[in-house]
Amino acid sequence: MTEANSDIAEYSLRLGDDALILAQRLCEWCADAPLLEEDIAIANVGLDYIGRARMFLQYAGELTGSSEDELAYLRDSAEFRNLLMVELPRGDFAFSMVRQYLLDEYESLFFAGLKQSKDANLAGIAEKTLKEVHYHLRRSREWMRRLALGTEESHRRSQDAIDELWGYVAEFFESDEVEERLVGLGIAVERRDLEQAWRASVGELAAKTGLMVPDDDLRQTGGRSGVHTEHLGHLLAEMQFVQRSYPGLKW
Amino acid sequence: MNQRRSASRCAELFDILDEVKDPEIPVLSIWDLGILQDVDLENETVRVVITPTYSGCPAMQQITQDIEAALREAGFTSVEIKQQLIPAWTTDWLDADARKRLREFGIAGPGKTACPQCGSTDVTQISEFGSTSCKSLMRCNACQEPFDQFKRF
Ligand SMILES: [Zn+2]
Repeated sequence: MTEANSDIAEYSLRLGDDALILAQRLCEWCADAPLLEEDIAIANVGLDYIGRARMFLQYAGELTGSSEDELAYLRDSAEFRNLLMVELPRGDFAFSMVRQYLLDEYESLFFAGLKQSKDANLAGIAEKTLKEVHYHLRRSREWMRRLALGTEESHRRSQDAIDELWGYVAEFFESDEVEERLVGLGIAVERRDLEQAWRASVGELAAKTGLMVPDDDLRQTGGRSGVHTEHLGHLLAEMQFVQRSYPGLKW
Repeated sequence: MNQRRSASRCAELFDILDEVKDPEIPVLSIWDLGILQDVDLENETVRVVITPTYSGCPAMQQITQDIEAALREAGFTSVEIKQQLIPAWTTDWLDADARKRLREFGIAGPGKTACPQCGSTDVTQISEFGSTSCKSLMRCNACQEPFDQFKRF
């Protein structure tokens, strides 16, 4: 495999893992959301992420000779490449919605960039994904307003969530050698360039809803190189249980 | 779209695949929905090109199986189905006739909303997320009936 192809496989794996792990966290809300409409909405968004994960993992698998199922079910925590933020436990509803909002703002910028990729497969997945990100963002913005401008308790919980999540934001905009090489080829998105626009959007919403944007003193990173929080192992234990116990089992 | 079908040398294969409906919306075929992009015959192998609606749509699996079954029934045993992502699927591909059948089935079409029961445009969105990814949940303020709307996408 050429260096470019092995970089593309790694890149696609990273994006697939972001989607797969967040999908698992979102689906934990199924039958447990605060109201019926929201239960349906959160599961629908989770399904979009599963679909996205499949597209990226299929592509990574095509380049490396594995199946999407092997990639999803047979890797250990240190082999996962997702951003740390997506693996954090779902917390309360405010925590899950604030996380979704921060990610949706990021994804709307990221996939608009990836749509221009010189790699036709990545560009195709990005185009499809971006349409879905737009309505995810519409929903999460709406929830941010409802929670932050709702009751004293919902405001406090939203602020607690943003305080806790903020330490994981730096990773959105952190690059490494693999991505640098792909950026040079016009294939990957230069994520550093997204930071200013992201901070402007989030800052604007925070200002309108009375949320305080935290300081940047904590910068928790490592997901892209396989250094994860302790939470990922627990998530994988549940997600992979059936394939680990009954190898090769099919529905 | 229509041109691709009318210019095709495999009109018969398109006709066979008209039998494959969306499992959730049985009044619309995969051609009506724009899921079926192209079909061709090459050395006994039928090559079908489809595009997914929503990336996580669980109906796609069923639709793939239904395509294989419909073609097998018609005597074509070798079938290859390819997924194509570009151009991304859009509800703009639903034509007037498909929208009419949707409405008769009780689902409002994408775009300007009118109640499929009484035609009133005085409607409220209950939730953007309905029973499936492609539908929102609405309510008619004139006749008080809730209904699904195909999301504009
Ligand atoms: Zn009505």
